[in-house]
Amino acid sequence: MILLYSLLALGIIALIFGAILGYANIRFKVESDPLVDQIDEILPQTQCGQCGYPGCKPYAEAIANGDDINKCPPGGDATIKKLADLTGKEVKPLAGTEGEVAEPVKKVAYIREAECIGCTKCIQACPVDAIVGAAKHMHTVITDECTGCDLCVEPCPVDCIDMIPVATKPENWRWQLNAIPVKQL
Amino acid sequence: MDSLIEKIKSGYLWDFPGGVFPPERKKLSNHSPIKQLPLADEYIIPVKQHIGHPANIVVQIGDSVLKGQALTQVQGPMELPVHAPTSGEIIAIEPRISAHPSGLEELAIVLKPDSLDNWCEKSPTPNYFTLSKVELLDKLKQAGISGLGGASFPTYVKQSNSQPIELLIINGVECEPYITADDMLMREHANEIVSGIEIFTHLLQPKLVVIAIENNKPEAIAAIEAACSGKTKFVVRAIPTKYPAGGEKQLIQVITGQEVPSRGITADLGIISQNIGTAYAAYKAIVQGEPLIERVVTVTGEQVNSAQNVWARIGTPVQFLLDNQGYKPLKKPRVIMGGPMMGFALHSLATPVAKMTNCILAPSDKALPAPENEQACIRCGYCADACPASLLPQQLYWHSKAKEYDKAQDYKLFDCIECGACAYVCPSEIPLVQYYRIAKADIKTEQLEHEKAEKAKERFNARNERLEREKQERLDKHQQAAESRKKAMAKDQGAQDKVAAALARVQAKKQAKETPEQQETTNKTAQNVADSAVSQDTSAKATAAAAIARAKAKKAAQAKAEQLAKDTDKTPTTEDSAQAKAKAIAEKIKAKRQAEAQAGSDAPAEPDNAAVKTESDNKDTEQGLTPAQIKAKAIAEKIKAKRQAETQAGSDAPAEADTVAGKTESDNKDTEQGLTPAQIKAKAIADKIKAKRQAEAQTGSDVPADPDNAAGKTESDNKDTEQSLTPAQIKAKAIADKIKAKRQAEAQAGSNEQAEPENLANQTETASPKNEPEPSAATDVKSTETAENELTEAEIRQQRVKAAIAKAKAKKQALGDK
Amino acid sequence: MNFKVSSSPHNRIKRKTSDVMLAVILACIPGILAQVWYFGIGVLVQIALAITAALLTEIICLRQRNRSFMQIKDNSALLTGLLLGICLPPLAPWWIAVIGACFAIVIAKQIYGGLGQNLFNPAMAGYVVLLVSFPLAMTLWLPPLNLIEYSLSAWDMILVIFTGYSDQGYSLAQFRTSLDGITMATPLDAIKTGLSNQQTYQEILQQNIFNHDFGIGWMQVNLAYLLGGLWLLQRKIINWRIPLTFIASLFLLSGICYLASPQSIADPLMQITSGATMFAAFFILTDPVTASTTPKGRIIYALLVASLVFVIRNWGGYPEAVAFAVLLANMCVPLIDYYTKPRTYGHVKG
Repeated sequence: MILLYSLLALGIIALIFGAILGYANIRFKVESDPLVDQIDEILPQTQCGQCGYPGCKPYAEAIANGDDINKCPPGGDATIKKLADLTGKEVKPLAGTEGEVAEPVKKVAYIREAECIGCTKCIQACPVDAIVGAAKHMHTVITDECTGCDLCVEPCPVDCIDMIPVATKPENWRWQLNAIPVKQL
Repeated sequence: MDSLIEKIKSGYLWDFPGGVFPPERKKLSNHSPIKQLPLADEYIIPVKQHIGHPANIVVQIGDSVLKGQALTQVQGPMELPVHAPTSGEIIAIEPRISAHPSGLEELAIVLKPDSLDNWCEKSPTPNYFTLSKVELLDKLKQAGISGLGGASFPTYVKQSNSQPIELLIINGVECEPYITADDMLMREHANEIVSGIEIFTHLLQPKLVVIAIENNKPEAIAAIEAACSGKTKFVVRAIPTKYPAGGEKQLIQVITGQEVPSRGITADLGIISQNIGTAYAAYKAIVQGEPLIERVVTVTGEQVNSAQNVWARIGTPVQFLLDNQGYKPLKKPRVIMGGPMMGFALHSLATPVAKMTNCILAPSDKALPAPENEQACIRCGYCADACPASLLPQQLYWHSKAKEYDKAQDYKLFDCIECGACAYVCPSEIPLVQYYRIAKADIKTEQLEHEKAEKAKERFNARNERLEREKQERLDKHQQAAESRKKAMAKDQGAQDKVAAALARVQAKKQAKETPEQQETTNKTAQNVADSAVSQDTSAKATAAAAIARAKAKKAAQAKAEQLAKDTDKTPTTEDSAQAKAKAIAEKIKAKRQAEAQAGSDAPAEPDNAAVKTESDNKDTEQGLTPAQIKAKAIAEKIKAKRQAETQAGSDAPAEADTVAGKTESDNKDTEQGLTPAQIKAKAIADKIKAKRQAEAQTGSDVPADPDNAAGKTESDNKDTEQSLTPAQIKAKAIADKIKAKRQAEAQAGSNEQAEPENLANQTETASPKNEPEPSAATDVKSTETAENELTEAEIRQQRVKAAIAKAKAKKQALGDK
Repeated sequence: MNFKVSSSPHNRIKRKTSDVMLAVILACIPGILAQVWYFGIGVLVQIALAITAALLTEIICLRQRNRSFMQIKDNSALLTGLLLGICLPPLAPWWIAVIGACFAIVIAKQIYGGLGQNLFNPAMAGYVVLLVSFPLAMTLWLPPLNLIEYSLSAWDMILVIFTGYSDQGYSLAQFRTSLDGITMATPLDAIKTGLSNQQTYQEILQQNIFNHDFGIGWMQVNLAYLLGGLWLLQRKIINWRIPLTFIASLFLLSGICYLASPQSIADPLMQITSGATMFAAFFILTDPVTASTTPKGRIIYALLVASLVFVIRNWGGYPEAVAFAVLLANMCVPLIDYYTKPRTYGHVKG
């Protein structure tokens, strides 16, 4: 009899707490972005396709479905770390490299305009429509919109597109005073 | 606020937390008066010397400018002009090292003085109170006045604040060690400064003006008090010496006990603060009409022989200032622009004096020891005790160093004013401020990059959407066009238009011609080829025109035909992707068939002939659509049909040379030869050949050659079509053969070409169906290549065989279509 | 010209980490002198042993961690050794000091990542390990010298430390027997024993040991440390918050309890002047690495230690409680620091 009572009591308590927990789960539910969107936020949005997917969003979807997190060269280690944080996966070196790589240098495409023949191939290649120009007219890159994805370099029949690193100006200087002692005793 | 003002008036002072007491060393430079300097060899005037955007340069290299002349012109908000510090010539407008911690180059105007020092026309307004607020602010703007305390915020922007201002604080604290520029300015120009402050009070109408001076400058306090005597609104307040009491936020806290909200501005509290030097500059600009071209700079430090304050023109190279005061460089020289707490070390002495430069400091290594190696943080907490903003520098340091920037921001990284008090007291010599600066810059960059990534994502999505939409639109248009065409057809059939048979041919020709154009605009893969096809097309058009003339087609009829052609034109414009292609082709074929059928019915003069063509075209179409496997059968059928047609045509056709028939025959043979190596069912072909020969023999004897010839051509062209339908693998050889065959055919045709419009029409007609065999995308690309080859071949011949021009072109077009 | 470019601020206060440590060491001197005066040269021997062991261990550790052993110059190991040495019973066997110092440096400090990284106060960690591992040796405090039955020369003390017996063959236990033949302990020890024997506090105070200046020695040692601490405060080496809060709250806590039940508890003055109270207040709790660094956090930290000390002293199993209290509070420091972030300029509270 005592056994029965105690079982009953425990069962009822368990039920009550279960109900409270269940209610709390619904009542205090935190709506979070779907994983894909969160991953997409982290990716650098260069849309370069170097990961093997046609753009950042498809790669984000692929990561959400279990693909490796180390396929984004423009994002570099920082992106991999953030992705590892988000997905709970191991931080891996960038695919195709051994260990730490230098931080990716921000670049923008530059069309040597004198050489441009106006073939529009780069315009079609640009994932973010950052190249303007008409057929048989010189094209140019909207530097502000260029993600530095490299995709326009390949199709150019006259090789007139260069990827040039973004110049350091006082506005975007990051206090790289080399005289600051980095050595720590 | 009123009670607060009463409290301030009563002399009450608040305090701010933290703070440090670095050795002042102001005695070095505050004994001698402010010195006037000779002219330097050149002045480097950076275009941007303030917070905001640079103004537009309005001078050119080689221009002569007068002292005080504006070199840049304001066009947008947050812009400030710069002025020529003396008269002379602009010798360069180029990037030069700027007065910035990075030592990077920024665009600067380089002025070579002519040693005349001629002023431009000044416009002094001593009775400025008659001016409107807007005019007065514009004068401040045109004079290029920015905050001279260090931040270089455009003064006119600060003064044009719309919030009501209760309290104006004039900052004469100058809490940084070594610097005495404001001190000396106050001692020597107290009256001018007070006049300048009155300009500000005129603009802002505050209830109270507090002139705050650190109590280590008794002479300055006395001078300003004397200048302010009798002015009830003005209060001179000596505040305790503690670094960084001169920081805007800290000074407000000391004077009012209030705190500027984080990320807010002082005007939110009804307070505006201005530097002593700014007040003086405002006086000069308004009352004397002189723009900001010089300022007081303290040239000091243990490595300077005669440390004192000088009137340095904006743009003076630091080297010049130091040399004038007797500079003894150290082995590893160190020159600091600004004070020892917040100034930055120069990378080069070519750096010019900017509007915010208040001090050039050349310290000895003993006075300001060079940084040593950073040691481990022992968490002593001295930094937190020293921080005037009540931050936890230690935690900021950990997180900044570990690049845990979100955590650093949790610890209010962006409320750090970079005063350097924490690093000053750090026993482990950790360059704390440097870590914060890097963290801040990184966070800003990260934010910018994130924004950019967002924009890129948007653009990428917009582009994808656009591409999708265009595809959809093309499909829609396509369908619409098809429908409208059907309607048009129905109408046309009803109309009893008496058009010559030639018109039908012309129309067909037009189609053939238009087709490559359609292809060009749509088919991206064949773009290059299409390009050249277009150019070919123009010459083809000319020939076609001649043919038209010969056929004596009526202009009106032609117009109609063109319209019809246009209709068909529209169809393929939507044709882009492989999916759309199949459908488009089917429709096109349908349309053409209809058109042809129509032409046939419309041509009363040669109804049979037209019928024949239509028939054969239909066959071609069929053929085009038939897969290779069932081709043999189709061909056989076609041959049968054609034979009949030919016989028919033969009977109606006017008499002409018999000889042509023979040629046609051989032509056909060649064609057949060309076909043999192809995998197209050998037997079927053989049968066909036999059949054809018979047919031709028949026509040759029975009928005049002309229509026959046309028929033969049609046939041979059909062969070509067939061939181009063959799978891609066997194409190479077939093409070579075909070219050969064609060459012969063309050579032959050349002789009988001239007078036969029908002939041409025939060819073009038969050529046009060649468009159709496009259902497979794979062969499409290959055939493009083929077309290219043939084009070159054809071009050569074109030059050689003038007579064959029209025909060759028609063929080319047809091939080019693919 | 190759310019020296560095980040602002370009001037720095001329007080390095080593100077800070040295100042703390100097401030210990009055207390140490007082201890020597009452307990003999053994105190110095213990300190010397602990310092030597700490420095050697530190050098070995730095070598093992591929750091420059010049880091020894920051005086932190020196200070750790000194603080540990001060805590040890003057006539404890030599290996006690050595083991304690090694543990303090290796386990409590270097394993955490060296100076600045350790969670626990190394000296206290070493002390607690000794106390737990060798309770007998660690509680063998001598009564002040003038109360000892046998004369004890410096040489005797050194012999006792290193061999366990004096020249005359007396053992440490024998020295500890006082005039009355009662085994002597510290006053707190005596009080605790007395209270657990159902005696009232007043009765305990009537005992011989307290009549014969027994407590005076300890009180004076405490006052000497107070002196050193005040000097540190004056030099702004340490912040006033921790020592003041600690002493005040200990005084108040025991005061309240004493008023409530005067028989069962030592009076507040006794509480703050006996045992290691002053030493702890100025030299142990203020250890920068392991104490809280926010203004409010420091007060909470000191309050916490004071309460723990009070609780352990009166109801715990050990007569002295500073070491345990400090270690327990050390564990709370990250939490305290996190929740006591000061209100930053321009931010509304909360």
